[in-house]
Amino acid sequence: MLPIATFHYLAVAAALFVLGVVGVLTRRSVLVSLLSIELILNAANLNLLAFSHMWGNLYGQVFAIFVTVIAAAQVIVGLGIAIAFLRSPNTSLRTSIGTSPDQT
Amino acid sequence: MNNGVHGLSITDYLLMLPMLELAIFALGILLIDLMIPRRWKWLNAAGALAGTLFAAACVWRIQSALPPRGLLGFYNSLLVDRFAIYFWYLFLAGTAISILISAVYLHVEDEHRGEYYAAMLLSVVGMMCMAAGIDVVLMFVGLQLMVVSLYVLVGFLRRERRSKSAFKYMLHGALSSGIFVYGLSLFYGFSGGTNLATIARWSSGLNAQNPVAGMNPHNPVVMIALFATMTGLLFEIGAAPFHRRIAGAYEHAPTSAAAFLSVVAMLAAWALLLRVLLYGLWSLRLVYIPVLIFVAIASLTVGNIAALFQTNTKRLLACSSIAHVGYMLLGLVAVGTSQIGSAGFVEGFKGVLIYLIAYTLMNLGAFAVITSLRQGDVIGDQVDGLAGLYRRAPLEAVLMLLFLLSLAGIPPTAGFLGKYYVFQSLFEGKHYALAAVGLVYSLFGLYFYLKIAYGMFKRVPKDTVRLRVDTALRCAIGVTALATLVIGIYPTPVVNAVNWTLAIQQSRHASAVPK
Repeated sequence: MLPIATFHYLAVAAALFVLGVVGVLTRRSVLVSLLSIELILNAANLNLLAFSHMWGNLYGQVFAIFVTVIAAAQVIVGLGIAIAFLRSPNTSLRTSIGTSPDQT
Repeated sequence: MNNGVHGLSITDYLLMLPMLELAIFALGILLIDLMIPRRWKWLNAAGALAGTLFAAACVWRIQSALPPRGLLGFYNSLLVDRFAIYFWYLFLAGTAISILISAVYLHVEDEHRGEYYAAMLLSVVGMMCMAAGIDVVLMFVGLQLMVVSLYVLVGFLRRERRSKSAFKYMLHGALSSGIFVYGLSLFYGFSGGTNLATIARWSSGLNAQNPVAGMNPHNPVVMIALFATMTGLLFEIGAAPFHRRIAGAYEHAPTSAAAFLSVVAMLAAWALLLRVLLYGLWSLRLVYIPVLIFVAIASLTVGNIAALFQTNTKRLLACSSIAHVGYMLLGLVAVGTSQIGSAGFVEGFKGVLIYLIAYTLMNLGAFAVITSLRQGDVIGDQVDGLAGLYRRAPLEAVLMLLFLLSLAGIPPTAGFLGKYYVFQSLFEGKHYALAAVGLVYSLFGLYFYLKIAYGMFKRVPKDTVRLRVDTALRCAIGVTALATLVIGIYPTPVVNAVNWTLAIQQSRHASAVPK
């Protein structure tokens, strides 16, 4: 049986990272975009934890805790702003953000 | 200096005194805002202004006690050196002027709330962490504190279109910081530490072709880490392939927030960029300099060409700021291609730092003039709104002309001094082609800045009523205009300040890394 080494964690993290970036760049719905951002940050977290185990020090774990807190703060502000424009009656959390006339 | 075994000493807390003080002011403003009646809301702005002045006093106190090589604190994660002090002063000056602009703008919009100033001060706390951080954890937390506060400022006026644009700004920012932290996590994996000194030691080992590690700077994983980190950094300074979010955000954000965002936030991003690229990853410069050259030329092209077609003044300034980032990156290329301590290195570094001061002053000034056009139900952010400004407000028109000349880089203004040093460093480093590209794009810039100036003086305004400009705004315009002119005519104090800053930078590169 193949032992699970650092490399395997890194491969999973890289896959999560690519999924996240592709998700943000291609999907236009508010909810999916925010979820994709979480994927990217968690890819970084997985990297940090795997490396922390590999090096046998705690720097990576400390960094990962901060990244988790930051992800939460970011999503709170993001949802707050999203709610500000989702208040109008014909929109929902799955509303596209990319079809407005001011495409920049 | 503590070495991580003992607890924190009083020095650590003294080093972070300016940040601590700003955070206390931010929280105080939030509380006081609840207690004061509507017509006393200007007190929030006054409180924020007092906060920046106190913080500047703290920075001055630290500066006067600072040893030439700087002080490390908080288990080697905070490095307060001359570089950090220089940027701290710039942040505080830019913030003070932004507060003056904000007070007037929010009053006109009838959205005078304390949260705005609290978010502003908290983002300055984040910026100070970015400029003084030597540990990537502190730098990343500082960056996030800054950008999350900026999302609040950009989306402050809650109207549908504006909020949508703020959401896109937030999404792009979150994407860039996600990519950035992924890059940082890989660097931690290579070097085994989160301190920039550790990363610098690892990357200098790479250049020696260390056979044990089996890695060189062109290893694909190293390249991925480097490019991910650089993507995050270049996103924050608003360089060209990553510029898309800027124009929309500037247009829909409150003008005062756009001023803060385009100037002070960019300063902080530059502090982070310089620290990471020139200190932590200095040994990888052979890999990242070609990327920087590409990004610089792309920024100059996109910024200058797009600016020719803008009808909205805020979008125009967004394009011009992309172009200015291009010039500063040219200075950085000159730094990266020369040996430490050689003429090209010093002149380029000096050029970037002086350019940052000039950019702060002239851009804030231009934004202040645009804010003065926002009166009652007039939005005033179209380029046509500036037409005939000379008949409506002669003094403001003349000062706006000064800012435009400075943005175009005409002597005797601060903008010329910045461009002068950047081009000189390019000549020192024998990058004649890059210098030629920069000069050609300066001519484009001259065209669209002078087109606005022509409209201001020669065209007839639609609305001939004299413009009433608020006292706070007059202060902001006056101070920035005076400084732009004085730096252009008598640059010695600024050059001396930059020389003082660089003394440490050079010796720090030349000697062994701390820790």
